[in-house]
Order: sequence, then C-alpha cells, then structure tokens
Amino acid sequence: MTISIDPQKANNESLQPKGWLRYFSFSLDHKVIGIQYLVCGFLFYLIGGTLASAIRIELASPISDFMPRDVYNQVLTLHGTIMIFLWIVPVVNGAFGNYLIPFYVGARDMAFPRLNAVAFWLIPPSGLMLVASYFVEGAAQAGWTAYPPLSITTPQSGQIIWILSVLLLGGSSIFGGINFIATIIKLRRPGLKLMQLPMYCWAMLGTSLLVVLSTPVLAGTLILLSFDIIANTGFFNPVLGGNVVVYQHLFWFYSHPAVYIMVLPAFGLVSEILPVHARKPLFGYTTMVFSIMGIVVLGLVVWAHHMFTSGTPPWMRLFFTIATAFIAVPTGIKFFNWVATLWGGKISINSAILFSCGFIINFVFGGITGVALAQVPFDIHVHDTYFVVAHFHYIVYGGTVFIIFSSIYHWFPKVTGKMLNEKLGILHFIITFIGFNLCFAPQHWLGLNGMPRRVAEYDPQFQFVNQISSLGALLMAISTIPFLINVFISVINGKDAGDNPWNALTPEWLTSSPPPVENWEGEAPLVEEPYGYGKEISEQK
Amino acid sequence: MTTLDSSKEIQKNNSEVKETHEDFRMFGLITFLIADGMTFAGFFAAYLTYKAVNPLPDGAIYELELPIPTLNTILLLVSSATFHKAGKALLKDKNSDSQKWLFITAFLGIIFLICQLFEYFHLPFGLTDNLFASTFYALTGFHGLHVTLGTLMILIISWQSRINGGRLTSQNMFPLEAVELYWHFVDGIWVILFIILYLL
Amino acid sequence: MLNKNIYLILIISFVFAISFWIGFNVNLLPAEASINAPIYDELFKILFIIGLIIFIGMTIAVVYSLFKFRKRNDQIGDGIALEGNLSLEIVWTIIPSIIVLFIGLYSYNIYDRMGGMKELNHNHDMMTSNTEKIWAGISQTSDNEIAINNLSIEVSAMQFAFLFNYPKGNFISGELHVPVDQKVSMKMESKDVIHAFWVPEFRIKQDIIPGQPTILNFTPTKIGKYPIICAELCGPYHGGMRASIIVEEESDYNEWFNKNKKPEVNL
Repeated sequence: MTISIDPQKANNESLQPKGWLRYFSFSLDHKVIGIQYLVCGFLFYLIGGTLASAIRIELASPISDFMPRDVYNQVLTLHGTIMIFLWIVPVVNGAFGNYLIPFYVGARDMAFPRLNAVAFWLIPPSGLMLVASYFVEGAAQAGWTAYPPLSITTPQSGQIIWILSVLLLGGSSIFGGINFIATIIKLRRPGLKLMQLPMYCWAMLGTSLLVVLSTPVLAGTLILLSFDIIANTGFFNPVLGGNVVVYQHLFWFYSHPAVYIMVLPAFGLVSEILPVHARKPLFGYTTMVFSIMGIVVLGLVVWAHHMFTSGTPPWMRLFFTIATAFIAVPTGIKFFNWVATLWGGKISINSAILFSCGFIINFVFGGITGVALAQVPFDIHVHDTYFVVAHFHYIVYGGTVFIIFSSIYHWFPKVTGKMLNEKLGILHFIITFIGFNLCFAPQHWLGLNGMPRRVAEYDPQFQFVNQISSLGALLMAISTIPFLINVFISVINGKDAGDNPWNALTPEWLTSSPPPVENWEGEAPLVEEPYGYGKEISEQK
Repeated sequence: MTTLDSSKEIQKNNSEVKETHEDFRMFGLITFLIADGMTFAGFFAAYLTYKAVNPLPDGAIYELELPIPTLNTILLLVSSATFHKAGKALLKDKNSDSQKWLFITAFLGIIFLICQLFEYFHLPFGLTDNLFASTFYALTGFHGLHVTLGTLMILIISWQSRINGGRLTSQNMFPLEAVELYWHFVDGIWVILFIILYLL
Repeated sequence: MLNKNIYLILIISFVFAISFWIGFNVNLLPAEASINAPIYDELFKILFIIGLIIFIGMTIAVVYSLFKFRKRNDQIGDGIALEGNLSLEIVWTIIPSIIVLFIGLYSYNIYDRMGGMKELNHNHDMMTSNTEKIWAGISQTSDNEIAINNLSIEVSAMQFAFLFNYPKGNFISGELHVPVDQKVSMKMESKDVIHAFWVPEFRIKQDIIPGQPTILNFTPTKIGKYPIICAELCGPYHGGMRASIIVEEESDYNEWFNKNKKPEVNL
C-alpha cells in the first residue's frame, strides 16, 4: 500500500501558529522540532552547568561547607541525569537528527511526524518534574547510576520521581530511534543509495539501533527498581534475598551503549563539518561506515567493564577487557580518517573547525584513558575515582559538547539565515578549550592519587589541584557568555548568510536559508556525492 | 500504537496528490516490537541470573503447577490462529466473518486473563514472599498487561470492522495487521516465558 | 621527497623520545606499599607511554594540518579530491589492532601476576608461602575457606565506617593493623549498602557488597599509615567514610595485637 502526500497540507500548515509561536506548539515540522530539542536541551544544559558549578565550589575546599551533604548528593545526581538525558542525548540525537536527517534522505519530513512531536513533548515535563523533585522531599541522591540498595534506602519520593522521569525520557528516546530508523531506511528519496548518504545518517542509524536495543532494558530495570521501592519486593534488595549485581548488569547493558548514543552522532556531525571547511572529500567513507557499525556491535557487548570491582568472574573480566579495548580500533580508524580529511585541504580557520579539532584532541585523550580503563588491573585502582570522572568528561564534554558547539556554528546560518560572529566564536572556543582542560586534566592525577568520586570532602593534600580544577570550571561557566551574546546579537542583527555560505554540497544547503516548511520548493535534489569537493561538479546545483 | 499511525492526517487530504511513498507504519511497528522484546529479554536475563546465582532460601515456597499455564499456552496459540482467520476473512471482504473471528480471539484473550488471575489467587506465595515469587509476578504481570492491551485493541478493531461504516476494509487492512502482529508477538513472548518460567 | 621523509622520521623519533622521557620521569602515582603496586606501576608506565605517543602524535598532526593547510587569503577553490587510500586505511586498522591486542594480553599477564585469575576456592592454606600473590575478587565461599590465622580479618562496612574484626584475638578495631610483608586475607561484608575498600598505595580496590561476601588478599611491603577509602557512593557522609591501615613491624603488630586481645567468651 502507498500513502499519498499532499505537500500543501501535509503539515496542516493553516492550523500551525506562525513565527516564534510555532516553537511552543505541537508542531509536526521536523525543523521546528529540531530547534525545540536544541533550545530545550540548552536550557537544561544551563541548569546542569549551574549544578556543576555548585559541585566545583563545594570542592574548592576539602571540607563540606558549601551545602549540606545530602544536598550535595542530590546535586551530583541531578547534574549527571540532566546532562545525559536532557542535554546531550536529546540535542545530539533529537535536535540535529530531526533537523538534518530529512534533508539528507531527501524527504519533506520524518517518517512519523506525530510520533516525533510526541517524543519531543515528553522531554520538558519530565525534565521539569526531575528538577522540581528537589523541592518535594529532596531529589534522588543515589547518583545517576541509582545503584541499589542505596537508591532503595534514600528518601523515596525523589527516587521515584527520578525513575519516572528517566522512564519518560527513555520512551522519548525510543520513539525518536524508531523514527530515525524508519526515516533513514524507508524514506529515502528514490535513486538515493544507502552508500551515498552523508555520514551523519549512518551515525544516526547506528545510534538508533543502540537506542532501540538497549533503552528498553533500562526501562525494565527501573520498573523492577521502583517495585523494590514502592511494593517492598526484593529484586535488588539483599535484605529480601535480592542481588544488587544483577541491577548493575542490567543498568550498564543500557548505560554503556548510552555512551555511544552520546558520541556516535557527534562522530557523524564532525564528518559533515570537516569536509566542508577543509574543502576535501571525507577520507575513507566506506571504512567510516563499517567502523560505525563495528562500534555498534562491540558497544553492546562490553557493559561489564563498569563492574570490574563488583565481583564478576575472571573469564568475564577477560572477555570484557578484550572486547572493550577493541572498540579503540574502529574508533581509531575514524580519527585517522578525520586527520586525513584535514590533510592537504584548504582549511578555513573558523569557530566550527576549531571546535571540531578541539573535539579530536580531547576525544583522543579520553579514548586513550578509556583503553587504559578497560584493562582490569588498571581499572581496579582507579575505578570510581576522579580518574573516571575526568575520562568520561573528556568523552562527553570534550567530545560531544564540543561538537554540539561546532555544529551550532556550522548550521546556524542555515537555520536562521544569519551568520554568527566569528571573533566571538573564536573567543568562545579559546575560553572553553582552556577552561575544559584546566578543569578535567588535573582530575586524572587526583584519581590516581586517592580521591574517590562523588565526595563532598576530601584529603586536604588535594586542595590545590582541586582549586585549579574549580578555576577551569569557572572559565567554562564564563565561556557560555560570549556564546549567548553571539547568538542573541546574530539572531537580531547578524550578517546575512545567503543560502550556502560555506559552499557545502550536502543537501540541506541546496535549499533556501531558513528552509521552507516542506524543505524544498520543488522536488528534492539527488545528491550522489555529498563530499565531492575538489571535483568538477556539473549538476549539484 | 496510535502514535505510530502518523499518516492519518495525510490520508484525509488526498485530493491533490503530488507525491506518494510506501507505507512504512508496519516497519515502525516491528522496530517498536523489537524494543518491547528487549524489555522482556532484560526480565528473562534477570530471572535466569537469579536462578543461577541466588539459591532459594530455606523455608521459602516457590512452586508452580503446570495445568493452568499449559491451558493458557493453548488458549493463546489458538487465538493466534483465530486472529489469522479474521485477517483472511477481511481480505475477502467478509466483514461479519472477520468480526466473528475477532470476537473469538478477544474472548480467548479474556479467558487467558481470567485463568492467569485464577492462578495468581491460588498460588502458595505472594508478590513479596521471595525473590523468585517477585520475579514470577513481575514477568507474568508485565506479559498480562500486554495481553490486556491486546485484547482491548482487538475489541476496538472488531468494532471498526463492522459492516456499515467501519473503518476497516480490505483496502485498509493496516490496523488489523498491526494488532495481529502485536498479538503474535505477545503469544511468542508467552511461549518463551512458559518455557523459562514453568518448564526450566 | 627524501627531505620530507627525513622530517617525518625526525618528528616521529621526537614524539617517541619525549613520550618515553615523560613516561619514565613523571610519576603520577602515590607510594608503592604492597606487592601489587610495582606490578601495577609497570602496567601504568607502558600504557602511559603508548598513550602519550598516540596523543602527542595526533595533536601534532591536527595542529600541523590546521597551520599548514589553512586557507590563505589569496586562495580559492577546493583541496585535493582524495577520497581514501585503502592501503593506508588497512595500515591504521592493523597497527591499532596489534597494539590493542598487545595491551590486552599484557594486562592479562599483569592481572594474573596480581593473582586475579585464580579461583578463590582453591586457596585454602594461606600460610604456606608469602611469594604467592593472591588478589581476589568476589567469591561465595563458606567461612572455613579462610584459613584461621592472625591475619585473616573480617571487615564489615556500614554507613559510614569500616570495622575490622580479628577473630583470633576476639576483638574489633576501627583501625586496620597489619604486619609488613605478610599476606593478609580479608573477608568483607556490608551491613547496608554497597561500599568499596580502596587503599591507593596498595593499588587494590574491591566493592563490599551486601548479601555477597567478598574476599580481598594483599601483602603490604612498606611500613607506614595509609588511608582506607570508601569508593562507592554510600550516602551523605560517603566522603567522610575513611579508615586507616597501619603497616608495622611484626613485633609492633604483635604488641598491638596482644594489648587488644580479649579472652574467648564461651556462651
């Protein structure tokens, strides 16, 4: 059976509010939903960043003096949960995915626009609920991992709200994943082959597979945990005969792939940004595709490396060590390919490329510590210390958040039709890069020398290094200011960008800026070589 | 499932058809069912791990009897067949036949739920008695929730396949096909559950 | 072309030299106070050097590309249309695979030397030799599998303290005293939530899991007082959940032990 589309009325245009009001409506336009994801995610980023600042202020002195101890635990739990489930996952998947994927497959919208809007509108209420839980009986305070039995014994209302909101966010994520898979596989423009798709489509396909396969397991686990809390069952409660390690297995079965859910889209985005600004084709397209799929497969079978100290049998440790370390191979291929993409190009030095290169440097560092952490004997010493904190911030902040900023600089002209100010952008990059490395590099040393994570008080000998770290955090907080100023100034009074300021070849640049509601005036263009820079291009426009 | 039905709006306004694309709602549904299946997989994995690692404490009661669940297995397998009949009947434009088969399927689903509740009330252990009791109730309860949803959806589509004014026709089979796939999925899960929970 | 190769070789040897120099001269780790520590530090050094080579190499490559291939004002047009190079890609698939495999096998060897791969149930007599290093994770053993000697200690962790029970002396201490150069075997149990026993100077850590006793064996080698840190979030006072381990001469230890020893109480 086929479904007919009427381009004029498909989105019920007449019923949708116009102008800025449409961003507050149940819009079915994928571009509106993408912006909704981005802005909503950024607001939660500001909340999560404020919480991070509170943590760093507390840690500037070795005693617990800035806030009560249980509030500190709530702050770190909320910080982790907000940053992961409300900022990085929705933005790097939802925002850029919704905005770009329909362009890339040559469609007028996502496969299921209504489901798409539902997926977005699950996020603000669950996020607000999570933040508001602080004012009830105190928010959840068992960390974002919510390990039982701690999560069972701490005040219950906060933990239940946490579970509920993570379940809703997980549901949103699954709906989004289904939508992306259907869009990429089924909604491609006739004549467009899979191997002609821009790399971000592949990254989102891999990510969505991980979302669909692993998020439901987290949902099931959290349902069991909520039974333990509400109904007094004993799945994870040792007092009632339960087994706490089973929770950890189930939890990490989702939460390790969650790392790839956070970084694979970033890999895709950087593969779009680098060729445009380096004026060169993406190096090794085919190997890039295979390495994404390799990461997806390996990513599903490495979860127990988070549990080397929680009592896993030796054979399991060996298997998970080797499997984890091997993820470095496909990941490494991608990084070498990106450097090869830069090599011999004509690189315009701008904010987008600087953030992308910052990403490469930070992520290589985080990847190296990651391979080290995968080794059982190494992990035993540094597990649950600041070394781990530093490692995953290098991955998710130095990696993904850098790419989010890079992407904002890259696609802002498309979305608004205005250019961002380059001087402010480069200032933003410099402060962020210095602040980030100042904040997190010293934490490796802290972890190696005996500072566990999630503590409000620590050995006074670590005070100096912690203060350096807090100074870095201050710089990171400051770095948001030039960015926000830049965005506000540019939206109101930015230089006109034109349709294709970067002379890019990927399909989203072949329409007007900002794009019309149905993406293209006429038929969607067939872009067979999205990275055909440096070649004689006859028909692209 | 209704959220997956994205194209409702699109179909209404097909006066000025300009473009068409194939129907991929079924594809979306299959993806969703894979996700749903992973939830069950998580539960099964937890149950099997408990079975391997956590011994039943002394004095704890966890005994299951086979007759009712075997009957339930048969009920669900038969209902899968009757649902299939309903689909075939609708394809041949025999709406009343289709409706009849759907009612039988829904009836079998309800009997299944009644049997399940009967079993619950006659089991020698309660939800919080021990780990295995909790896991048993969580698994069968989660599955029962799926059966309940499925039965409701069958009743809805049987109303929609009525002869005059029904939405379901041989030209518009999707709602029936979607619920049928979902129902087969729920049956399949039950068979796995039956093997793991009762037979192992 | 020859010139270019010479520069490349020079840069690579520079990267290697500086990495090795940093690897051998920069110490990021605390004191080594157990048999495990030097083994761990050996692994750390290797990983550190390999990591530095890759990191410095990649950073130089990125920064150099940005500088060398930046677009000058007078330039127009695109870079070279190079879409890939199969042999190059095969090279940078195979070399990392070999490195990763080497690291994996090497760390397996390290772990084995730490005693991590041994099945706990077979370590019945712990008095036999000091050279046999046992590092042990979890094991659902019965009590009699821990040899009854002065150095088997039962650790119980609770919110927010460690208690060390010396069954032989029939007393409980808040400080862990052990003699130097003797194997200590600990059976650890948690009263409430998950805790972790971590001594950074010993490079050992083991979660203490409620409902599942864990076993941790180590041999201290250096006299001194080291912190015992709880490394698993266990509640509001998690950061304050610390204790001390005091490694002392055997005579000092015996003195301490005899002072605290209580007569057996027969019930």
